[in-house]
Amino acid sequence: MANTYTLIASNTLSSSASSVTFSSIAATYTDLIIKASARCSTTDHGVNVSFNGAATYDRINIYGNGSSAGSDVVADLLVYGGMNNSSYTANTFSNFEMYAPNYTSSSYKSMSIDTTTENNATANNFTAMVAGLRSVTSAITSITLTPETGSFVQYSTFYLYGIKNS
Amino acid sequence: MAAGSTYTPLATQTLGSAAASVTFSSISGAYTDLIVIANIAQSAGSNSLRFRLNGDTGSNYSATYLRGDGSTASSGRDSSVSSGYACDTPGNTSFNLMCIFHIMNYSNTTTYKTTLGRGSNAAIETDAVVSLWRNTAAVTSVQFALGSTFPSNNIAAGSTFTLYGIAAA
Repeated sequence: MANTYTLIASNTLSSSASSVTFSSIAATYTDLIIKASARCSTTDHGVNVSFNGAATYDRINIYGNGSSAGSDVVADLLVYGGMNNSSYTANTFSNFEMYAPNYTSSSYKSMSIDTTTENNATANNFTAMVAGLRSVTSAITSITLTPETGSFVQYSTFYLYGIKNS
Repeated sequence: MAAGSTYTPLATQTLGSAAASVTFSSISGAYTDLIVIANIAQSAGSNSLRFRLNGDTGSNYSATYLRGDGSTASSGRDSSVSSGYACDTPGNTSFNLMCIFHIMNYSNTTTYKTTLGRGSNAAIETDAVVSLWRNTAAVTSVQFALGSTFPSNNIAAGSTFTLYGIAAA
């Protein structure tokens, strides 16, 4: 069996958590994928993604909220629409996927993030595509996801996969 | 997922020197879908990563894209062009562009082939793009180059392309 799309680690929250970290990520793979299903304890829906503890990134996104679309650029990896929040219909969670190629390379680290929140309501729905870049040449060894405010609620799930090109 | 049957690495290329194009050929029909992960820079300029299937240089491709450049969300399309879009997002001389490129149901011989590209370059743009190749042949090769003139500029040394096979069962 090809050693690819391998589950490296997972975390299903049995209680709320202020952040989720995958640490000591081995350099075994070529690319990394995170898949998350999350909900926030507050009325915010952004998720901060941090590699090796860093907070500064280049980011461009495009988003739609059910009535309009837009695009913006900022210097962090706060991903709007990364999770449903406390104002959403009960029991609804987001879908979140991040792809980070060549995470051990000596080049800058690019990443692609897709998020969706859906609520069966006219408000609070959000979908976004994000391009991120961390201008460092060291390998990624840890990834932390942190809610914009508050905590991830119980039953939020986070999976880290490794993709290997050989 | 079935053991050993999906997300199987079929081939990978890391460019040792700049190249006008990158080709995966002799692709078997053993899988359901194909995915190419590309992380690239270009020698000069700023061009989208384009593709051709089975070496077809005819005006048999079309595409519709959705993109955001940091200030505006927009959509556009091309009809009857000579290459499809692996991603609409342009590259640059840094290794900022990553592209996730899907070819769905590539080995069937009854339908035209649809592809889905997802491009990310935090310095320029992010996008999703669908392309259509109006041909019913099974896909056995895919060629990538930069820009509509295929190529408009070279792909830089150090760029990586990996082809994966996705099996439904």
